[in-house]
Amino acid sequence: MSAALARRLARDRSALVALASLVLIALACLVGPLLTGHPPERIYPDFVRVAPSLAAHPRPDEVRPALTRLAFRMRLTLEDVALERDRVRLTLTAQKPIDERSFRLLSRSGLFGEPAVLERSADGRRLLVEAPLRKLTFVLGTDALGRDLLTRCLAAGQVSLLIGLTAALAALLIGVVYGAVSGMAGGTVDALMMRFLDILYALPFVFLVIMLLVFFRAGLWLVLVAVAAVEWLDMARIVRTQTLSLKGHDFVRAASALGAGTGTILARHIVPNTLGPIVAAATLLVPRVILLESFLSFLGLGVQEPDTSWGVLIAEGARALESAPWMLAAPAGFLVITLMALNRLGDGLGEALDPRL
Amino acid sequence: MIPLILRRIAQSLPTLFLVVTGSFFLIRLAPGGPFDLERPLPPAAMENLRRVYGLDQPLIVQFGRYLLSLLRGDLGPSFTFRDLTVTDLFARGLPVSVTLGSLALLLALALGLALGSLAALNRGAAADRLVGLAASLGLAVPNFVTAPLLQIVFGLGLAWLPVGGWADGNPKNLVLPVLTLALPHAAGIARLTRASLAEVLIQPHIRTQRAMGLPRTRIARHALRGALLPVVATLGPLAAALMTGSVVVETIFGLPGIGRYFVEGALNRDYTLVMGTVILVAVMVIVFNLIADLIAAALDPRVRLSA
Repeated sequence: MSAALARRLARDRSALVALASLVLIALACLVGPLLTGHPPERIYPDFVRVAPSLAAHPRPDEVRPALTRLAFRMRLTLEDVALERDRVRLTLTAQKPIDERSFRLLSRSGLFGEPAVLERSADGRRLLVEAPLRKLTFVLGTDALGRDLLTRCLAAGQVSLLIGLTAALAALLIGVVYGAVSGMAGGTVDALMMRFLDILYALPFVFLVIMLLVFFRAGLWLVLVAVAAVEWLDMARIVRTQTLSLKGHDFVRAASALGAGTGTILARHIVPNTLGPIVAAATLLVPRVILLESFLSFLGLGVQEPDTSWGVLIAEGARALESAPWMLAAPAGFLVITLMALNRLGDGLGEALDPRL
Repeated sequence: MIPLILRRIAQSLPTLFLVVTGSFFLIRLAPGGPFDLERPLPPAAMENLRRVYGLDQPLIVQFGRYLLSLLRGDLGPSFTFRDLTVTDLFARGLPVSVTLGSLALLLALALGLALGSLAALNRGAAADRLVGLAASLGLAVPNFVTAPLLQIVFGLGLAWLPVGGWADGNPKNLVLPVLTLALPHAAGIARLTRASLAEVLIQPHIRTQRAMGLPRTRIARHALRGALLPVVATLGPLAAALMTGSVVVETIFGLPGIGRYFVEGALNRDYTLVMGTVILVAVMVIVFNLIADLIAAALDPRVRLSA
């Protein structure tokens, strides 16, 4: 990528906005799950399908039901709850002397801090306990199991972006090698290689991918390989066309006259000169890969639990649409913004490379 | 023209053979079989079933038999839909998928061409930017997001249209699935039309027409004819994809099309159903590509109908 290209791209304001939002999303997905305060797998059984909000949980009206459930699990009776601003005081009773080890459930629920016993009756069957209230915020709400949706979306983004980048890179490598060799060889070899490409184009490839995933136990890597195997065809075409036009240039002929071998010419002169259009095409390839992956995951054939991707989250959200619309909106928002930004950036690169405009 | 069509059909036969062979052996390599149930069948019953369906023969014999029955136009019995042949299943599902697909194709073309031309004729203006934004949004929102959104807005919220179901092709039931299918393709066609029309509009023959004082609509009509070629070139695969149904749309809206057969068939190891679907899709792709090429030739005499 030359400095001139960078300058032309810098004048394209919407492409810059796209690039900035991509960097932001990638950074958020990378470090975000550590900063949201919730591990992606953390389940809060008391906060299932909580609506998005900046206010902290538990709310005053949520404390008592949560405590009732906890007391039931601790096999204690909840006699009285006194709610203060940042702490609760509970009066607990039981048939037998109370074992304080069961209080672990209080802090393990995620709602309360370490409990402290204030008063204990002589027979040990009645306790006054104080526990600080934790403040949990679910900016994008929680899912059907009570997991923080923002953290889930960011963790899913890691997978979606990783698949998008890796599969696009793999498709790029296959396509560049195939296209460059075909264009350089010319003649019968070129004609045969292109005929083979035509046949591949006519194959219903998505079907092949689905077959592979259904028959051989979907996994992250299989998805990657399958997607890359589908998407390298266009790249091969672009590189071949570029190679054909470059082959006739004087600098290539000069290199050949100086005794450079075909491999050297390809690696040193042809491929570096095709990089511009390749980068633009590869940028447009990433959103296609992400979309294909999320389609497969939506069908349940792609990324599997405990891993998650935007497609998996969207599938969950679509099922819970009536009761919890944010479960669809949040991952769909991440996906759509990423795809739009990638498309815009790819177009911007293509335009910056086009000398006519 | 007829020899050309025949030649194209002859050329597509190797592709078709590759598709049939590849998918036949891939699906047989897969672990599991069509008669695997939660509770295994008694061995004698299993053996009988396998004999009835010819699965006890060596694989190569089965392949030969399958090819022979294909030549007779027989796609074989379905393994999971008892008493039905794959042809029966297609006869039921194909009308549904083709109805939805052709309506979606028409809508996508109408919307895409109109918006794309609007943008190209007003380059840089607000309309252009608006169409550009709508198109990039349309391309980025996957149909498994559009479908539930349309359902909740028009089906549940406003209660104008049914949330799903086929109801013998009641027009009301078609609206949402057709919209879902058409929107991303309309966006793609709009972008393509805008780009190619903008390119045609700066060419000398259009400039001449402008200098001659022809009305804008006449010029636009002339320009559009040339600008249509790239759009037509994409129509083949697009039409094939739309006519063969969509798993997502059919599942979400509960429609009895053929889009679902492939994934269901693959999950149930319904060998013949999977094979039939793959062959159907491959044939559709070949046929629609041929039609698109013929239309391109009719639009532009420079396009040689080369092999």
